[in-house]
Amino acid sequence: MVEGKQKWKAWLYLAPAIVLLLVFTVWPIINTVRMAFLEGYSGLKVAGGESFAFGVGNFVKVIKYQKFLSCLKNTVLLCVLTVPISSLLALLVAVFLNSIKWLQKPLQTIFFLPYVTNSIAIGMVFAAMFNIVGSFYGTDNEIIVTAGIINNIIEFFGGKAVNWINYGSSYAANITVMVIYIVWNALPFKILILLGGLQSINKQYYDAAKVDGTSRRRIFARITVPLLSPMLAYVVITGFIGGFKEYTSIIGIFGEAMGPADAAGRLNTMVGFIYDALSTNNQGRASAAALILFGIILVVTLINLQVSKKRVHY
Amino acid sequence: MKVELRNVTKAFPSRNKKSGEEVIAVNDCSFTIPDGKLIGLLGPSGCGKSTTLYMICGLQKPTKGQIFFGEDDVTGLAPENRGVGLVFQNYALYPHLTVKQNILFPLQNLKGADKLSKEEMLKRAYETAKLVQIDELMDRKPSELSGGQQQRVAIARALVKMPRVLLLDEPLSNLDARLRLQTREEIRRIQRETKITTVFVTHDQDEAMSISDFIVVMKAGVVQQIGKPQAVYDDPDNLFVAKFLGTPPINVFNGSVKGGKVYIGEEAVLSVNGVNDGEVYVGIRPEGFILDENGPLGCKLINVEVMGRDVSVVSSNPASLNPTIRSIINADAGVDHDAETVRFSVKPHKLFLFDKESEKRIRFEVK
Repeated sequence: MVEGKQKWKAWLYLAPAIVLLLVFTVWPIINTVRMAFLEGYSGLKVAGGESFAFGVGNFVKVIKYQKFLSCLKNTVLLCVLTVPISSLLALLVAVFLNSIKWLQKPLQTIFFLPYVTNSIAIGMVFAAMFNIVGSFYGTDNEIIVTAGIINNIIEFFGGKAVNWINYGSSYAANITVMVIYIVWNALPFKILILLGGLQSINKQYYDAAKVDGTSRRRIFARITVPLLSPMLAYVVITGFIGGFKEYTSIIGIFGEAMGPADAAGRLNTMVGFIYDALSTNNQGRASAAALILFGIILVVTLINLQVSKKRVHY
Repeated sequence: MKVELRNVTKAFPSRNKKSGEEVIAVNDCSFTIPDGKLIGLLGPSGCGKSTTLYMICGLQKPTKGQIFFGEDDVTGLAPENRGVGLVFQNYALYPHLTVKQNILFPLQNLKGADKLSKEEMLKRAYETAKLVQIDELMDRKPSELSGGQQQRVAIARALVKMPRVLLLDEPLSNLDARLRLQTREEIRRIQRETKITTVFVTHDQDEAMSISDFIVVMKAGVVQQIGKPQAVYDDPDNLFVAKFLGTPPINVFNGSVKGGKVYIGEEAVLSVNGVNDGEVYVGIRPEGFILDENGPLGCKLINVEVMGRDVSVVSSNPASLNPTIRSIINADAGVDHDAETVRFSVKPHKLFLFDKESEKRIRFEVK
């Protein structure tokens, strides 16, 4: 047992951290829940001395909101597309990197670059790469000049330039760009984790498999993937959690309009929706949306954990 | 399956790129392993015994020389085409697979004409499991097994595909003392039952001597001596082999030969024929001493350790290279525990002479 005086000392040392956590983490969470259940809660109205009735009105309003449903759709779509693609690609790159000796270090550095680069900056570069410059859109005098390297490549191989992100671009094209950008941006962290995992696998398993004449495909499927499964699970779960918080990537490419010039807000996400609600002083609605997002992430993570219980070998 | 190594050399590139010197792990190694025998590759750590094993296995390619299985040259063959089973030092059982899946794993790799039906695979797996007595543990994961059980699973996994040669890398080093004794008997039994040519690597001479049909003693990548354990023990070719085999180890003295007599210090312990005069090392096995009041060799008594049947007399002599001299004497001989000095005479066939320069054995006839 710790002596009484010792106990006080312990609490004293813990106090700075606890106070900060209470003020900046615990209280905001409690306050979010409170605001979410106060009908039509707004910072402005609080200042005006109004009081709010308790109820689930905020949630009802949010769910009925067309903009919210579109945000939800974008978020889920990006998540479902990018997490499997980036995880799989990261696995392949990691296995490839791990199997070569020559150039491993320089390649590792190249693959890791996106991680240390500002994501807004990356977004702007991507926007430039996918750019298409056109004017007099939709008229007979429409002029299209392709300045983006992607379209230049497509045209070089005899294809037709695609309007990826500019005025008049299609939703599918926008989403394609976003998926490429998010996957590329998510790769380095995943590669790092998986490469670490691969390097910690005992080489003797591979020697044993070699002596037994195991084919490369079987080695990959029966040895590498199962032994890497804890890392894979980690990468997928954090991928989904990160995916549901997607926001800066959209800003990076489309700017604050969150969509092409003729369809502003088309690519908005859940976090974007919450942000918009906050900036228009609808804290009640923002809180309700945040709780819904929290619920979705919770459910998805629980499903992930449930699946990994069967598939992951610790 | 007879296994033959012909002038096998393995050099590893140097770690230090500037000096560019290669590290020679195995140097011009030649020996033949007779069919159906249990062979112990013995030597101190870093002597190239594991490298030799891996070259027989095929995981490492010799820099020079050839390896034959029977009449086939397998030097360039990949491990999976050699028909070898390998048991790793720390077993390398696939941790995510059950014992059954681990044993089935090599069978599921078989292709073409060798391919087995599911029933045949299971049958073979259970037969092998029975042989190593783990048939009741088939649904466990390796982490749920003891060290000895894991060892058996590893042997079963190596045996299940009916290899031509079974290779074991330090098979007992991860087991506790009691289990080690038990498991080495087990390896002996399994080898006798399957009659598969088996090579195992160990640094423990006790282990190698007790179960091998033949031992190969290695030092710094060079084979020192090959033979039946008793023969190598009784007739070592050089000082290293003499020192490496036997517990307690051989007692080595600075000595000389003058006029047909072997001297330790000033004391002539044996008369011999056919040895030139000069400085030599004299090695005497602990059991080569006879307690003898009038014996030629006098030593200062340090301690007498009672072991029941025998006593171990610990003494010292200025000419001894070992810090103490250990001799094993029958307890009936009646050692005086309080005496200041003890005198020994020597059993001639337990005394070996070695050249001071080359440390090679100098053979002699007892006069």
